[in-house]
Amino acid sequence: MSVKKISVRGLYKIFGSDVSIALGLLNQGLSKDEVFERTGHVVGVNKVSFDVAAGEIYVLMGLSGSGKSTLIRLINRLVEPSAGSVCIDGVDIAAMPQSQLLKWRRNRIAMVFQSFALMPHRRVFDNVAFGLEIAGAKRAVRDERVMQVLRQVGLHTYAGKYPAQLSGGMQQRVGLARALAVDPDILLMDEAFSALDPLKRTEMQDLVLDLQREQRRTILFVSHDLEEALRIGTRIAIMEGGNLVQEGTPHEIITRPANDYVRRFFKGVDTSRYLTAGDLLDHGYNSSAFNGGPRMSSATTLNEAMKAVLALGEPVGVFDAANHLLGCITPNSLLVKIAEGARHV
Amino acid sequence: MFEWMQDLTDHPRELLPLGRWVNAAVKYLLDNASGVFDSVGVAVEAFATGIERGLLAIPASLMIAMAVALGVWRLGWRFGVFVAAALLLIVVTGFWPQTMVTLGLTLSATLISLVFGIPLGIWCARNDRVNALVRPILDFMQTMPAFVYLIPAAMLFGLGRVPGIFATVIFAMPPVVRLTSLGIRQVSVEQVEAGSAFGCTGTQLLFKVQLPIALPTLMAGVNQTIMMALSMVIIASMVGAGGLGNDVLASIQRLDIGLGFESGLAVVLLAIILDRLTESFGVPRLARES
Repeated sequence: MSVKKISVRGLYKIFGSDVSIALGLLNQGLSKDEVFERTGHVVGVNKVSFDVAAGEIYVLMGLSGSGKSTLIRLINRLVEPSAGSVCIDGVDIAAMPQSQLLKWRRNRIAMVFQSFALMPHRRVFDNVAFGLEIAGAKRAVRDERVMQVLRQVGLHTYAGKYPAQLSGGMQQRVGLARALAVDPDILLMDEAFSALDPLKRTEMQDLVLDLQREQRRTILFVSHDLEEALRIGTRIAIMEGGNLVQEGTPHEIITRPANDYVRRFFKGVDTSRYLTAGDLLDHGYNSSAFNGGPRMSSATTLNEAMKAVLALGEPVGVFDAANHLLGCITPNSLLVKIAEGARHV
Repeated sequence: MFEWMQDLTDHPRELLPLGRWVNAAVKYLLDNASGVFDSVGVAVEAFATGIERGLLAIPASLMIAMAVALGVWRLGWRFGVFVAAALLLIVVTGFWPQTMVTLGLTLSATLISLVFGIPLGIWCARNDRVNALVRPILDFMQTMPAFVYLIPAAMLFGLGRVPGIFATVIFAMPPVVRLTSLGIRQVSVEQVEAGSAFGCTGTQLLFKVQLPIALPTLMAGVNQTIMMALSMVIIASMVGAGGLGNDVLASIQRLDIGLGFESGLAVVLLAIILDRLTESFGVPRLARES
């Protein structure tokens, strides 16, 4: 994996008046509920550690109350950590003095909010200029940059409008443009598209993916929607009750869910779309009988595998990256696996 | 068990001499702090006199022209016509100078109320403990009958504009404090977070995020303060504050119903003009444009 951009170690957030008592109890191995019963302290984030590589889109997933929104706010210290470290480019944000933190927030990191959080009294242009204005950018530089990002999100003709005159999707484009305007290395997106209708949501996801192809930023994305996470995530971390319960690529999450909590997110999601040839092997088929027939890579997507296997009508050998035969896909196993979806892989 | 309470209700005795304590306090202030009240009085007097003289120095025709222009700019030509008609009516009935005095008193009291009220409202919004302390005081200021503090004010400051303005500030300040605080508290958590996330300092957060977003609510408070100040400066004529209140008072004393109606109408017309104009500043820009 490439360069570590964000490195979170043993991060806690405890809400209450005497954090050290609650921390002590947690370290003795008490659960979050036990700590709440004994001290009345709510454990928001419980000893979370993870790394995010530069240029990744890292999705934090969980139900409401799982601590994902608190966790993303610990990264830019909108919420003060109770313990642990958040190292960004090797510097611990959790230990940064306030003046340095302000400077860092102005230049290096930006955030997009679920409710858009635009300023109703400012025109689109001035909303996008907000971060640059706070950072003290020169007017000429600011104006040019604002128009540039407004073009990137396709809103340059709306610069003179007020947020209330725009649709929800357009308002969030303004929110995204405001964040991009300061040219941050790290972009925090808290349920950024959850308030939008499904079509607009996909459109915005595509926009983020497009922008990401041009300018590799490190994106931390909070979502409760597995489909969204699978679509845009390089890696996904699943949160439950303040704990990080599983971390992995979309394919790993789909094929090897850690527990029933993770599996619950699959409901209503067509997880078979994320299967690859390696997941479709017919274990009842004796692959030693395979010699020299048609072959494909184990990373072949379901769609392509389906086309090939159904067209040929005979077993296809699946090889891994090192060119080892993993097994065979038969038309029979293909149909069974699709019917089962990812749940039984 | 509670017979003593019934007994006390039927035959009141002075168990808790609250009234005597207040009397003693006022007397103490009169004896010992008159210097402070004098200098405050001189400052307020100078301020209010300045505003009043300024308003009276402007010829009625110019004043009306400016008011009409303001009305047309903020609310359109219909309101401009109303302003012209209303002010001409006041001139014709002969109440122009008194109306300007009343306007001057209202403006002085309002400005003083805002200077203290807006910062207090901001403080209340930022600090729950201050808010808990200030709220009952505001209730007291708003509901304690005005005459109760009008008289001690006259004792402390002497008759004239100053006790009138003092009483008016007490009565008119609560709305702007409450609505400033409410407006700031209504700014959504994510809007404040957005400010912080982009690196706002506390001051930037206040002036670039919280106050601008709270402005429509804050302006509703300013509007209420002006209206309450106007109603109070009429009552304040009882301590010699002057203006239209004098005519209202005279009409009561002489049972001159016609005079009462004329002077009362001038108050109403002034109130409508002030209300609509200040209200127009509270409406968000977007709503005015579309």
